[in-house]
Amino acid sequence: MVDKGRRDFLKKAATSATAAVIPFSTVRIPVFDVTLDELFQKHYQKMSEEEKQRVIERLEKEYKEEYGVDARIKTTPPIKGVVFGFALDIKKCIGCRRCVYACMRENNCSRPSPTDPTREEKQWIRVIALEKYEINPGTKRTGIGTEFGDVKAGIDIETSEHYYNPEKVPEKDKFYMPVQCQQCEKPPCVKVCPVQATWKEPDGIIVIDYNWCIGCKYCLSACPYWARRFNYTHPYIPKDEINPDMHYLGNRPRPHEVAEKCTFCIQRTREGRYPACVEICPTGARKFGNLLDPESEVRKVLAKKRVFRLKEELGTNPKFFYFMW
Amino acid sequence: MINLLKKLVHFLIISIKLSLSGSRKYHAWLASLVIILLFGLYTYYYQLKYGIIITGATDQTNWGLYIANFPFFVGVAAGAVMIVLPAYLYKYKEFKHITIFGELLAVSAVIVSLACVLAMLGRIERLWHIFPFVGTPHWPQSMLPWDVIVLNGYLFLNMLIPGYILYKKYYNEPLKKWIYFFILLSIPWAISIHTVTAFIIGVIPARPFWHTALMAPRFLATAFTVGPATMIVVLQIIRKYYTSLPRDKLISDRGLFTLAHMALIALLVNLFFLGSEIVTIGYTTTSHLAPLKYLLVGLEKEGVVYNTLTPYMWVGIILQVIAAVLLLFPKTRKNFTTLNIACVFVILGILIEKGLILVIAGFVPTPLGEIWEYHFTLPEIAITLGIWALGTLIWTLLLKAAIAIESGEARYSSK
Repeated sequence: MVDKGRRDFLKKAATSATAAVIPFSTVRIPVFDVTLDELFQKHYQKMSEEEKQRVIERLEKEYKEEYGVDARIKTTPPIKGVVFGFALDIKKCIGCRRCVYACMRENNCSRPSPTDPTREEKQWIRVIALEKYEINPGTKRTGIGTEFGDVKAGIDIETSEHYYNPEKVPEKDKFYMPVQCQQCEKPPCVKVCPVQATWKEPDGIIVIDYNWCIGCKYCLSACPYWARRFNYTHPYIPKDEINPDMHYLGNRPRPHEVAEKCTFCIQRTREGRYPACVEICPTGARKFGNLLDPESEVRKVLAKKRVFRLKEELGTNPKFFYFMW
Repeated sequence: MINLLKKLVHFLIISIKLSLSGSRKYHAWLASLVIILLFGLYTYYYQLKYGIIITGATDQTNWGLYIANFPFFVGVAAGAVMIVLPAYLYKYKEFKHITIFGELLAVSAVIVSLACVLAMLGRIERLWHIFPFVGTPHWPQSMLPWDVIVLNGYLFLNMLIPGYILYKKYYNEPLKKWIYFFILLSIPWAISIHTVTAFIIGVIPARPFWHTALMAPRFLATAFTVGPATMIVVLQIIRKYYTSLPRDKLISDRGLFTLAHMALIALLVNLFFLGSEIVTIGYTTTSHLAPLKYLLVGLEKEGVVYNTLTPYMWVGIILQVIAAVLLLFPKTRKNFTTLNIACVFVILGILIEKGLILVIAGFVPTPLGEIWEYHFTLPEIAITLGIWALGTLIWTLLLKAAIAIESGEARYSSK
């Protein structure tokens, strides 16, 4: 199941090592399939600029071998005076899932492989469908002391539909709510990580060092928004669909068995661009900007609309705001 | 100093010899354990190669059988304290000899729990990231580094204490005072391992099923049930196969009945906690209700009823209730047939409740309301059985040597 590129690389690495062309530290350890360089790599925040550069060169070479692309892995730092925030207009969302797929392409997420069913699709955005309302007068499910019956309305997550698949969206009696990483100010995932492999950057984005994560999945359990994903085997990305514009803490292809999630498209937003989901949204339901700038779109939404945050009662303090009118 | 080292090496060699020598039946037992272990390791090799995809874990239910097993075996380890405590604090003489067997049970159970956690790691080659100095343990915020500390500390204590006592016994020397410090330390330490393990899942409000202050107390109640119950069964097996000794020399009936009494009390407390949880949650209609409903009657969504775990839950409860009844009446408690049935029921019931249901049901429904039922795969069962075999193998070997020394059969002679 190890794909051909990797196997070829293995072979090459092995033969060239015997020829003493490649240093010992780049020989792949069997079974674990890592080089010594990779195994003893430091935590991202503890690396010097020089060390980061060496790691990036190594990764770029690996990606070239595996995917045949000239990737550019950036380490763009956070911009001073910027804290990113997101606002989403539930009323405008039509549930088309264009954001889901744009996100997958932008962020080099694993796709379903045509030949290997174990290679799963990883989507960082989940759009749930909710019924506008449902009233069942006079049914068996009559409520206490009333003939009126059960009323279902609004954001009732427990009854949400995840795999809706109608001919056409939006459906008449439904509304939609995309959920992705809420970039909490008090992120439970960061708190529970046993090795500090995930942390909050000064611009408010929660990032993961994919080369430091030990794959315990504690963060997946701890996230109240089900925003984290995990590659249970090697991710699969078709060679012609790789996005070569990468950030080390963002959309570079992930190694197997580490956690991943939405980073507000760190590779784009730290350079002043919109996240892919905002760009693709056909209805303009998604608003993005600097929470510290009163003129930004997201601040204008906060000022003019009545917003709410998902599961606010958990005290996670998200920087992702929903509004409906 | 050199003399001490020599003595220690000699003691270790003798212990290894003792643990490996035995009847043909004994060797067949060891061989079958080794075969299961090797099969588990072989399967684990595939997990390393292809990833945790070979288990039933998904993004919806990210922890499977390994982590489900984990709290159960931490419980077994902590349960050993129920023998240590009366023996050392109250000098209860019926436990004088069997204390060591309990501590050795703790050793193997801790090893099993550690193996469960390691099996669940996606990148085991990066394990060093959690160690102090070389790595970046997220201590004290994250519960996992805490667990690494308490579990390894407990493992150390439970190797040191029986090791030292057996060593002194072998050379026929009196115990030195310092060991009592470690013995007393091991008592609160046993509580700590299970408390921290409960906190790992108890501190996650994202999963309402786990987020209860009752988690640690319930963990301890089940631990103090399973520990004594396991000991009752195994001590009888030892007594049966160790026919060269007088029946009551090491293991007395009275001691076994005391253990049964302890198991009973802890079991009743656990059932009380369970009832308390069902009432507190069942009375309301909060988000805590869904997982409990899923377990007790099944959860309906979009016209489909999800109830894979429901039969297990009821079997678990019924086994515990029957065991409680059998242990409650002196007549059945002091009859070895019914006592053994009760013990096996208790072990199975709690294995189901804590080793299967507790972790997995916490994932149903997901925080976004999706229902995704866990399905065990053969590879993960093979690996889990391998881990069990490892624990049983270690315990068998340790017990074999310990019995010979504790009973006085093996003694140092200067010739």
